[in-house]
Amino acid sequence: MTHPTEASVALVQIRRHVMWNRIIAVVEEQAQTLVRTAFSTSVREAGDLAAAVFDRDGRMIAQSVTGTPGHINSLAAAVVHFVDAHPIETMEPGDVFITNDPWLTSGHQHDLTLTTPVFHKDQVVALVANTCHVVDIGGRGFTPDGRQVYEEGLNIPILHLFHRGEANATLFDIVRMNVRESSQVIGDIYSFAAANDVAAQRLIAMMVEFDVDDIDDLADFVIDSSRRATLDRIRQLPEGVFRNELTMDGYDQPVTLMAALTVSEDGIHVDYGGTSPASSHGINVVLNYTKAYTSYGIKAVVAPDIPNNHGSLEPFTFSAPEGCILNAQRPFAVAARHIIGHLLPDTIFGCLAQIIDGGVQAESSASLWNIQLRSGTSVSTSSDYEGQIPEFEMIHFNSGGTGARPAKDGLSATGFPSGVKGVPVEATESVVPVVFWRKELRSDSGGAGRTRGGLGQIIELSGAGGAPFDVLAMFERVDNAPKGREGGRSGATGTVALGSGTQLRSKGQQPVPPHETLVLGLPGGGGFGSPLERPPLLVAEDIRDGRVSIDAARIDYGVVIDETGRPDESATAELRRSMST
Amino acid sequence: MRREVRLAIDIGGTFTDLAVETGHGPDRTTTTAKTLTTHDAPERGVIEGIAGLLRRAGIETSDVTMMIYGTTLATNLLIERKGARTALITTQGFRDTLEIRNESRYEQYDLDIDLPEPLVPRWLRLPVAERTNVHGEVLVPLNEGDLLGTVDLLRSAEVESLAIGFLHSYINGSHEQRARDLLAPLLPDVEISLSSEVSPEMREYERISTTCANAYVQPLIGQHLTRLESELHRTGLRCPLFLMLSGGGITTLDTARRFPVRLVESGPAGGAIYASYIAQQLGLERVVSYDMGGTTAKLCLINDGTPHTSRNFEVARIYRFMKGSGLPLRIPVIEMVEIGAGGGSIAHVDALGRIAVGPESAGSDPGPACYDQGGTRPTVTDADTLLGYIDPDNFAGGSMKLDRSRAEAAMSDALGSPLGLDTIGAALGVFEMVDENMSNAARVHSIESGEVIADRTLIAFGGAAPLHAARLAEKLGIDRVVVPPGAGVGSALGFLRAPVAYEVTRSFRQRLSDLDAESCNRLLDEMRVEARSVVEPGAAGRQLVESRLAYMRYVGQGHEVGVELPIRIEAPRIDDSSPGALGKAFQAEYDRLYERSIPDLDVEILSWVVVLGTEIDLAEQYLPNIESEGPADPVGTRLITESGTGRSVEVPVYEREGLEVNQSVPGPAIVVETNTATVISSRYAADVHPNGHLILRAQDLTEDGAPS
Repeated sequence: MTHPTEASVALVQIRRHVMWNRIIAVVEEQAQTLVRTAFSTSVREAGDLAAAVFDRDGRMIAQSVTGTPGHINSLAAAVVHFVDAHPIETMEPGDVFITNDPWLTSGHQHDLTLTTPVFHKDQVVALVANTCHVVDIGGRGFTPDGRQVYEEGLNIPILHLFHRGEANATLFDIVRMNVRESSQVIGDIYSFAAANDVAAQRLIAMMVEFDVDDIDDLADFVIDSSRRATLDRIRQLPEGVFRNELTMDGYDQPVTLMAALTVSEDGIHVDYGGTSPASSHGINVVLNYTKAYTSYGIKAVVAPDIPNNHGSLEPFTFSAPEGCILNAQRPFAVAARHIIGHLLPDTIFGCLAQIIDGGVQAESSASLWNIQLRSGTSVSTSSDYEGQIPEFEMIHFNSGGTGARPAKDGLSATGFPSGVKGVPVEATESVVPVVFWRKELRSDSGGAGRTRGGLGQIIELSGAGGAPFDVLAMFERVDNAPKGREGGRSGATGTVALGSGTQLRSKGQQPVPPHETLVLGLPGGGGFGSPLERPPLLVAEDIRDGRVSIDAARIDYGVVIDETGRPDESATAELRRSMST
Repeated sequence: MRREVRLAIDIGGTFTDLAVETGHGPDRTTTTAKTLTTHDAPERGVIEGIAGLLRRAGIETSDVTMMIYGTTLATNLLIERKGARTALITTQGFRDTLEIRNESRYEQYDLDIDLPEPLVPRWLRLPVAERTNVHGEVLVPLNEGDLLGTVDLLRSAEVESLAIGFLHSYINGSHEQRARDLLAPLLPDVEISLSSEVSPEMREYERISTTCANAYVQPLIGQHLTRLESELHRTGLRCPLFLMLSGGGITTLDTARRFPVRLVESGPAGGAIYASYIAQQLGLERVVSYDMGGTTAKLCLINDGTPHTSRNFEVARIYRFMKGSGLPLRIPVIEMVEIGAGGGSIAHVDALGRIAVGPESAGSDPGPACYDQGGTRPTVTDADTLLGYIDPDNFAGGSMKLDRSRAEAAMSDALGSPLGLDTIGAALGVFEMVDENMSNAARVHSIESGEVIADRTLIAFGGAAPLHAARLAEKLGIDRVVVPPGAGVGSALGFLRAPVAYEVTRSFRQRLSDLDAESCNRLLDEMRVEARSVVEPGAAGRQLVESRLAYMRYVGQGHEVGVELPIRIEAPRIDDSSPGALGKAFQAEYDRLYERSIPDLDVEILSWVVVLGTEIDLAEQYLPNIESEGPADPVGTRLITESGTGRSVEVPVYEREGLEVNQSVPGPAIVVETNTATVISSRYAADVHPNGHLILRAQDLTEDGAPS
């Protein structure tokens, strides 16, 4: 039987594990409150949010499972700025702080970050915070067309949103007068504050239950063990410098992302030297957001199962030349920074693929294809349209295909690396007067390979009754396809056009005339391994399902199908032989 | 008057549970039985089980007046993908709704996840030109040529069941009905499910997924029910047969055949109904039911004797029970959170040197290490054994001897050595972690449901629950735990308590500032007529109760709050005063849930629900207080390790069968019974309720164990 000291040592250890689990549950409650109460579709339907708990030094201890990497990892770096601006000892019960400064938080002004101190026994014991995307922040709106951040709406420096429980009425008034859909934005701000309240209450309940007056020891334990576990994983990798380069469409000229990933026993450093300078339009990325998606990409490959916190992120360090598109400086425009940011995991996978046994997934469609529409009599010329032009602003989240994995096909029409979700067509049509005519998988868009890239989609929509509207285009990989790996082929590039055939630019506000449709072809993921090694039966299945055409099967995969739909084995073998020489 | 004899049958994955009951209230006699499920022909096990049970209870088959039946068959067909070959006819341009889902990855950091396989493969998802808009107006008429063009393929592919799901059919189902009218005569052997009938609600993925699931299970469920009915008839059981539904009501055979997807998870629903009944019987307003078996634990929130219900369910999850990894079903369900935490859940050390438990389970084969059937990895049952909570010589009524040394070796190899803990320390860690996992899931579930978990009474049933209930209650800040008698067949007992009920849901969007009272009333009337047509045939003239809910939100929000229509008159009508009353009810509910209601925003109603059911038989309710008549006598003592403190202490052991009504059992103690044991930690003392319940109350509560 156990004697008391051993039992108490075991109990201390188990208690810390239990409290760690509890804190992860606390932030998940925080995230669920956001989803339940938020107004903007980006938070409530798409999950474009992050929620987390921090120690008194602003170090992240735990983050919610629900959320998206760009927000989570930039929130991790944001809270320390609140503590700098308002030292812990000056905070009071009932205080809530807010900012949307892109350079302090997640890279564009649509994201609000709220931080609330947690008081227990008259002391600040922790901070809880969340970052969420609101439906509008004024200015040009969610579009890459801005030339300076000043065109992109309201900037809120770090301010009290509530002071000793009292709402900052001046700030609420300013917000109300500067944004479209102001009641939704104001409602959202209340929801975000409520979510922090829920997390704070649960954290205090945990402290009471476990009879602890602070969580400093717990924070050290969480952060130290996560750092150690991450370093253990990194030390299993060969040391060295591994480079990759990705060329993207950009706003009006191609953008090159250059990464040098250095593995050492102290961690992984990524340097983006050689990357293109910042763009003259709003696709620029602040360093916080660059770090967020880079560390997500590394973590997903190297240490996916280690919980995300200050300790597990610490071994990853970053540098990017000031003024390059991945470390843009004020006043460069940043509203559509996700277009470039979402490509960073693909950039990093190209480095890691050189050292990971079994390989890393091929490139993905990656950047979200958000359909942002604006309609109204001040937007379109009404003389061309016989009916009433409705006033609305709409966003609809969509994704292309992900890259093929070493042993599995890519995922069709699935968000990656973004964690946001799509919105049902019926739900969107119930809110704005548009009609979707097609939203289905796009044949032959998945890159051929031993494993196939995920398929993109075809989406076609019009204004209800043929009304005209504008599209605020921010679509990537129209000129540069997601590449395959280890002999896999590229996925299909994206297309942006009118139903009548006229091509549109992939970026920027453009009109869709009356009785026209907007037709988008979303990119497919790259393939992995030689397509000639894909089992013919799987190719035949893809043909039957209309994912791959008979022609593409022959040309890309060297598979010939007989009249019953089964692979013609001898013809296939012969064709594949001739193709491989 | 003829004596009422009710018979309940619950076919589970491993066991078929049966219960038969005569009489009412204090005179009620209940007999229960458990037999192995006969997977090749489930009817056989049922017939044999019934024969044995009735013999034991001394009841003739001809005496049985009512049968209630529940089965996991529908769930299993979906999990194992063994349903009928199913095709889908849908709006042109939208054939991939099932596959595009909501475009998300349910797990962000795992690059290797699989997505749930659609029930209908792409080549059998057949587009037809047609389009209705959000207002129900036809933009493109149904192309009947396209439709008839599918017949050859449907025949040659030997499709057995057909789902038809068009966009916005929840508001105008005429194209779906026309398609059925045209196809049914050409495909006489094919069952047809319409999305406008199976799940008439907005959101195409959920609606069409539900419709396809209905179509997918329909032929096999239909055949099974037909065979069952004729077998029962053959043995002389000619009384009406009712089916248990996921939503907690029971319905007629005919309705079950039309909407078999509503049979999913009816067993667990029965368990929640059982707990609800106990809650009513004991007058407990706020309850959480806790069912823990070999693989999973399920928790359900119960308010005022009514379990929480929902219209969202996910069946056949493929990744750690994770949300998003299964198939969405939009049907009325009793809302439960399911956690991969059962007696068989395997413990290991994760990458951070932490003890992690589940969701992987050793199941019953090889089972926990202590079963000595080849299992070498430590499980929750092994931890329970090492901590002294399970008597290795008396497991499952002594039918199985557990090997403590196997449990020790497994615990030491997998956890003790790597973590530098002795086996007891490791076992303690497993016990704490599995209870923590359950308590965390319960807390997150309650916030998702907008509820508070502390201050509830825990009702524990299922083989493993009484072992863990006290510690779970401590973690959740719960002061009272009820362990009912015979909880091993809780689901079947729940069937006996379920009302004959049906729920009808409709999407109909209305702003409170611009409420069209006439249309609302017309809609509610239609819904009432539909519910009545389903319920009345089974109600046998019993009094019906109706409840009406409006799902409301601030304009612009995405999630609704269910608000009971604040109208309590005989023929409820929406009128000019309704918007004000509804708005007030919504604000109150929103405040309660989220604490910060929002000033000056319009409120809208998204959907409407009418539930019609038979009244609960109040004659069965009785609430005697416990008058403590002193402590019971233990039959021995046992050395256990207390989970809260880690101390090893000698505790008295009691036999549940030997306990007398109104006796008390102070903790720490263990009460053993045939299929499980109740661990009473030192925080609690237990009283024996006249109905046989063990009621644990925190020692700092009053001596009067009867709930207020």
